[in-house]
Order: sequence, then structure tokens, then C-alpha cells
Amino acid sequence: MTANILPWSVTAAQIMLVAAMGCYAYRVVRGPRAQDRVLCLDAMYVSAMLLALTVGIRTGSQVYFEAALILAVLGFVSSVALAKFLMRGEVIE
Amino acid sequence: MTHAMDLPAWAAVLTALLVVLGAGLTLLGAIGTLQFGSFFERVHAPTLGTSWGTGAIVLASIVCFSALGLRPVVHELLIGVFITATTPVTLMLLARAALYRDRTEGDANVPPRSLLRSPGGSLSRDRSSDGPGESPSRDPQTPEVRPMTPI
Repeated sequence: MTANILPWSVTAAQIMLVAAMGCYAYRVVRGPRAQDRVLCLDAMYVSAMLLALTVGIRTGSQVYFEAALILAVLGFVSSVALAKFLMRGEVIE
Repeated sequence: MTHAMDLPAWAAVLTALLVVLGAGLTLLGAIGTLQFGSFFERVHAPTLGTSWGTGAIVLASIVCFSALGLRPVVHELLIGVFITATTPVTLMLLARAALYRDRTEGDANVPPRSLLRSPGGSLSRDRSSDGPGESPSRDPQTPEVRPMTPI
């Protein structure tokens, strides 16, 4: 029983994370304003990072940790750049 | 998933619980972004996923790989620390940008700029310096600090 609990729970977690990314994608597409889209794009980055971590737990390899780290860094930088663009109209001044 | 057989039972159960907890919190936050009405309510919802959603899944990864490798594997903490440090920065920048955009459009639902006046009134002019290091610092010679009062 304990041999099966980990694959099942990781599968359930991945389904939940993909559902969360679906909710965020709905907001990105239908969001009333640009700040909603940027907010949900940032949250989608975090969800994709968590998805990479769960894939790493499933496969037992350390490669996905590095992918998750890169996703976290890219999500932060892109969200800050987009927020700056929303505020000032340009990114680098 | 062959390595699941190598895990001891307590590690498998703990990893399973933490993974489901983290993913469930992230899903709750995502549903919250669909449910809330305005942007300033919506900006709170994904923080469920970035606080304990990330924390639980990172802990699950630490438990799993530590039990597999029989030595503590803690470099997943890097992700947790990074997400914890960067999410407030992102969301505060985004909320300020949204507030600025709403004010520029004359939205009646956000407080106008004239309601908040910092000491010296320098905040209303210098909008670009948002960081705490380069904020419009008041003169250290003047110890008088007035609270923000509505005018």
C-alpha cells in the first residue's frame, strides 16, 4: 500500500497543478485588464515550477530541480519587467 | 517510478501528504483568482501557491531525495527562499503599477493621490524611486515624523 501511495499522490498533485495552470490561463486570456494578465502569468510560472518539482519527485532525478530553479528566476525577472512596463511604458530607461 | 520501492514507508507517506497539500493550496489560489472581483483582491490569491504551496512541495522534494540518498539534500531550500523573497517584490510592483494605471484613468474605486501626503510631499512627485534604499528619505536632521493624514 505504501508503495503505491506515492505514485498516486504525485499524479493527483500534478492534476491539481495543471488545473491551477488552467485557471490562471483563463485569467491570462480573459483577464479584464493587463495587470490581471501579468499577475496570472507570474502565478503560472510558479505553478510550472511546482510541476517541474513534482516531476522530479516522480522520476527521482535531480535534473528537474535545476529546471525549476531556472523557471523561478525567469518568472521573477519577466514579471518585474512587465510590471515596470505597465507603470512606465518602457522597461529600461 | 521504480525508486518508490526504495523509499521507506514513513518517507513515502510524508512526501505524498506534502505533495498533495502543496498542490491543493496552489489550486485553491488559482480558483481564488477566478472568484475575486477586483484586481486588488485578486492579487492576494496566488500567494497561497507561493507561500505554502511552494513550501510543502519543496519540503516533499527534500524528504524524498534525502530518504533516497540517505543524506540530507537541502538545495531545494534555494527555490523556497528565492520564491519567498521575490513574490512580495513582484506583487508590490504590480499593485503599484495597477494603482497608477487606475488613477491615471480616473477610476473612482481607488483612493486619489491627494488623500495620501507624505511628509514634505515628495512622494507624490518622485514616483520612480520605489525601493526602500532610494526612497525619498526624509532629512535625518528633522526628527519630526508626521503620520499620513487624510487632507
